Amino acid sequence: MNHRRSAEGAPYSNPYLTGAGLGLVLLAAFVVMGRGLGASGAFASSAAGAVAIVSPDRAHASSLFAGYLSADGGPWLEWLIFEIVGVSIGGVLSAWLAGRLHFEVERGPRISRRSRLFSAFAGGGVMGLGAVLARGCTSGQALTGGALLSVGSWLFMIGAFAAAYIVAPFVRRAWL
Amino acid sequence: MRAPFFEFGAFGNYGALLAAVFIGVAFGWCLERAGMGSARKLAGQFYLTDLTVFKVMFSAIITAMLGAFWLGRLGFLDLSRVYVPETFLMPQLVGGLVFGVGFVIGGLCPGTSCVAAATGRGDGAMLLGGMFTGVLLTGLVFRPLEHFYMSTSRGAFTVPQLLHVPYGVGVAIVVSVGLAGFRVAEMVERRSATSQVS
Repeated sequence: MNHRRSAEGAPYSNPYLTGAGLGLVLLAAFVVMGRGLGASGAFASSAAGAVAIVSPDRAHASSLFAGYLSADGGPWLEWLIFEIVGVSIGGVLSAWLAGRLHFEVERGPRISRRSRLFSAFAGGGVMGLGAVLARGCTSGQALTGGALLSVGSWLFMIGAFAAAYIVAPFVRRAWL
Repeated sequence: MRAPFFEFGAFGNYGALLAAVFIGVAFGWCLERAGMGSARKLAGQFYLTDLTVFKVMFSAIITAMLGAFWLGRLGFLDLSRVYVPETFLMPQLVGGLVFGVGFVIGGLCPGTSCVAAATGRGDGAMLLGGMFTGVLLTGLVFRPLEHFYMSTSRGAFTVPQLLHVPYGVGVAIVVSVGLAGFRVAEMVERRSATSQVS
């Protein structure tokens, strides 16, 4: 159970070494850009851009979207959107070279495919609200702010882990 | 040359976007290598069967934190030009709690869902769609949340400032907590492995 491996492809790499590698990538972002990594900002900026296409008035009425719309180069040239495109490319490259690239829906043994897809969507929606309130997610707050010792980022991390552990027993069926 | 390179004008906005893609590729590569694109693996963190999330996150935080600290010490990296996420106490605590609920239901976070979706996982694509929808809806009904969103602002506020200790002591505290955490994580994983065999 502990050493469960994907039916296809190489086993995953050592978490400490890979984590240290990830830390060097984050450090490179500090050195090259003067900022850290992120993910949810790409969603927020593209959501702002999408709403502005459909209804510019509604987009500008939201102070959250207005911030992204007034950025240099507009919402679609947001740094994090380009970074996230890179993340997807890097993920594909790594999975392909390790023979882990294949279509599937990952789910626990007791949950249907349809329920898993629904809960992934629902979980994503809830995280969207949380990430907006917290001004970031596991990348922008936990990793980046964590490494820069931001108090708010550590509060976010503590909150996220605490809530996940509290809710975990109620959604056990989805995973185990 | 002093760092951050972009902040000191080594390249412009288009160079920054190019750097974003390269940094992103390396980020995505690491996430996939560690297995962070797998929802079941991430969920194992919350049932104490697989603590990869904690190990990867804290190894990364410790490495980047030590690197930033020492490069700052050596005078190479001007830390005053590195953007520290601003602190808003209540929104970030509550946002974290809400985020955690979504995390254990969905099994992936925003960054890892991109890796999952890109490597062929349908659940990752659905989570990505849900995340986009959640951010979009929150943005549309943002006005009543705005007051709370701006509350308890503390600016760039760090753990060493909170504890009234030097930067290096704050760094040492996080390193110690992390190393202790790794030992506990290994113990917990061994225990849950034996309990499942028997």
